[in-house]
Amino acid sequence: MKKKGLYQLKKSDNKIKEYTLSVLTEDKAGLLNHITIIFNRRKMNINSLNVSTTEVKGVSRFTIVVESSKEKIIKIVNHINKLIDVLAAFLYEEDEIYYQEIALYKLSTKIFLKGDLVEKIIIRKYGAKILKIEKDHIIIQKTGTKVGTQKLYDELKKFGEILEFARSGRVALSKKKRKTINFIKKLEKTKSNKLNI
Amino acid sequence: MKKILGSEALIKSLLEEGVDTIFGYPGGAIMPIYDSLYSYQDKINHILTRHEQGAIHAAQGYSRVSGKVGVCFATSGPGATNLITGIADAQIDSTPLVCITGQVPSQLLGTDAFQESDVIGISMPVTKWNYQITSSDEIGEIISKAFYIARSGRPGPVLIDITKDAQFSEVDFNYKKCERIRSYHPYPIINDKKIKKASKLINKAKKPLILVGQGVLLSNAENELIKFSEITGIPLASTLLGLSAVSCDHKNYVGYLGMHGNYGPNVKTNEADLIIAIGMRFDDRVTGDTSKYAVNAKIIHIEIDPSEIDKIIKTDVAINADAKEALIGLNKIVQKNSHEEWINEFRECDKLEFDKIINKEINGFYDKLSMAEVIHKISEFTQGKSIIVTDVGQHQMVASRYYKFTEPNSNITSGGLGTMGFALPAAMGSKIGNPNREVIAVIGDGGIQMTIQELATISQYSIGVKILILNNNFLGMVRQWQELFFDNRYSFTEMKNPNFNKITDGYRIKNKKLEKREDLDKVIKEFIEFDGPYLLNVIVEKEENVFPMVPSGESVSNIRLE
Ligand SMILES: Cc1ncc(C[n+]2csc(CCOP(=O)(O)OP(=O)(O)O)c2C)c(N)n1
Ligand SMILES: [Mg+2]
Repeated sequence: MKKKGLYQLKKSDNKIKEYTLSVLTEDKAGLLNHITIIFNRRKMNINSLNVSTTEVKGVSRFTIVVESSKEKIIKIVNHINKLIDVLAAFLYEEDEIYYQEIALYKLSTKIFLKGDLVEKIIIRKYGAKILKIEKDHIIIQKTGTKVGTQKLYDELKKFGEILEFARSGRVALSKKKRKTINFIKKLEKTKSNKLNI
Repeated sequence: MKKILGSEALIKSLLEEGVDTIFGYPGGAIMPIYDSLYSYQDKINHILTRHEQGAIHAAQGYSRVSGKVGVCFATSGPGATNLITGIADAQIDSTPLVCITGQVPSQLLGTDAFQESDVIGISMPVTKWNYQITSSDEIGEIISKAFYIARSGRPGPVLIDITKDAQFSEVDFNYKKCERIRSYHPYPIINDKKIKKASKLINKAKKPLILVGQGVLLSNAENELIKFSEITGIPLASTLLGLSAVSCDHKNYVGYLGMHGNYGPNVKTNEADLIIAIGMRFDDRVTGDTSKYAVNAKIIHIEIDPSEIDKIIKTDVAINADAKEALIGLNKIVQKNSHEEWINEFRECDKLEFDKIINKEINGFYDKLSMAEVIHKISEFTQGKSIIVTDVGQHQMVASRYYKFTEPNSNITSGGLGTMGFALPAAMGSKIGNPNREVIAVIGDGGIQMTIQELATISQYSIGVKILILNNNFLGMVRQWQELFFDNRYSFTEMKNPNFNKITDGYRIKNKKLEKREDLDKVIKEFIEFDGPYLLNVIVEKEENVFPMVPSGESVSNIRLE
């Protein structure tokens, strides 16, 4: 059973890479604190963090992005797995997941005076959309990777000042064909709750 | 069904878990619970300590000698924060505890109410689990979960904070013992392939060495371990917390590991071709410089907590399992073998250590009594059968080196955290947890002053512990480092101590001062044979050093004999 499983280290595990942790937990107050303490203690920065409900009632998902060596992050994953209210923590490299972030850009409406350029760039080139147009400002929305939303940011900046900008944490799903509810049912049935001698 | 108060539901829950002893200290936010406890004094023995730190260390001692979950009570705010050192100690030394703290009423949470402290936040990194109960309906379920979590898998401390309104409101009480938690799997399912792989390494090893950790004691695997060692002929060395899991007079026992451990097991770690680590976590006090540790050895690590595997030392075969279960598996398939020559190499080391160190220590080489001489005498007199509870410092290392344990669960010490002030309260908990055995607290003149108030508890309840102060008028261990590594600059380590005997008189506890070598035998006999608490203040050599020593951060091969 993978649950709270053991990731074992290889010699080549000290290269710094981007890792995504996907942590399924019971929906309990205080867990966020508990999880971030573990990063803090080992002096590891969290690049992005997202907490949301899942399709299973009472189960939350934390998606955490870090830059780390495998060696270091595995120790953190093992520690997170140890928390009583954590159902399972999974560690992924970039090619093992589907992931997206969302960015919102607030610009002055005047930017439209620059003609269809904006539309061309926003809509066609970047696949973004206009969320709202008000008298004095507009909101543009784009989902994608951090690189993509940053590119749009840089491009828009050329047309005028960006009034406000916000980017969400990453959300990610693994490429494996897994059903959360089945996984949890398996956890409920495993015999590792008792000593078998 | 008749409704009862939450506070009574708590007491009934504890009874359902078989609790018969609580160490605690009352205050405003836990008063309803104390009021309910008043009606249950025939079933629960509550010990009023003189400080919450005393209560929790007592609960730790109680748990470690009895294998039961230790329970302590404290009020909110300062009561709760006074528990924190003990909780951190229990966490790092894997001691099962359930700590109950009172909390301000739920509507006052977060308002800086009188004696409010965020004990859930504060204790989060040092508990195995914690939870705040704000409604009386939760009490039964949460307490049963608390005990299940504290005692299962790798044990640890759990803190339950209960708001005053939850204690005061009524509830229909029914109790169901927690048997599983879907997000918590304390007993990894053993992987037979790993057992096979390990046995292959074991069968072909020429110089194997077993490292015995506290995990062996926690899983009651002492017999399986001895069997394993006797089948395979592999020598056994012990960590500080593993001491007493194997009788020191066992033919395969080769001594104590680590910074002030024995010469043999330390140097031989780097000659061994296989290390079988059982229920231990490669603490830096054991490994020294990890890059120069076990350099010729393959590593088998038997460990119940997966996060310990590969944390410090990379394994060749990791067996993530309860120690007893793994040993039962191994014992079925390992080949009969013997390693007499290899064990004889350890005996050669022992001779060297005896000639260079032990002989002088125990045979009156110094003007004043030496710590080792006193412990050696006590060890002989009690035939290694006592429970030894040590504080932190030179006396702790000396007791660990010179007391020759012959029975399990007999070495109670603060290992991972190294908490001065641990021994006096832990000894009183140990005596209550196992009243039929002799309990001897070995404490420095520094450490005793950290929790000396517990003499009052010992006196009030006539707890028959023996208290040995090894009095060198120094924070000796720090002084030793100053001498060896800081150019003899004794920065704030010398103490002008009070008259410990007069203080003990004040607490109405029998006591004596021992200074002269010729009185040693007689006084030790009196000390041990006395029925009741007894404090013995032994004036020892002031500037003695504990050797051997692996200097901090160096390889175990660089262990110094002088
Ligand atoms: C609470 C706490 N504070 C400080 C220390 C650091 N420390 C470790 S050993 C020691 C000296 C202990 O002196 P004493 O109790 O007299 O024992 P001795 O070493 O002299 O036997 C000190 C200060 C500690 N371990 N715990
Ligand atoms: Mg001292």
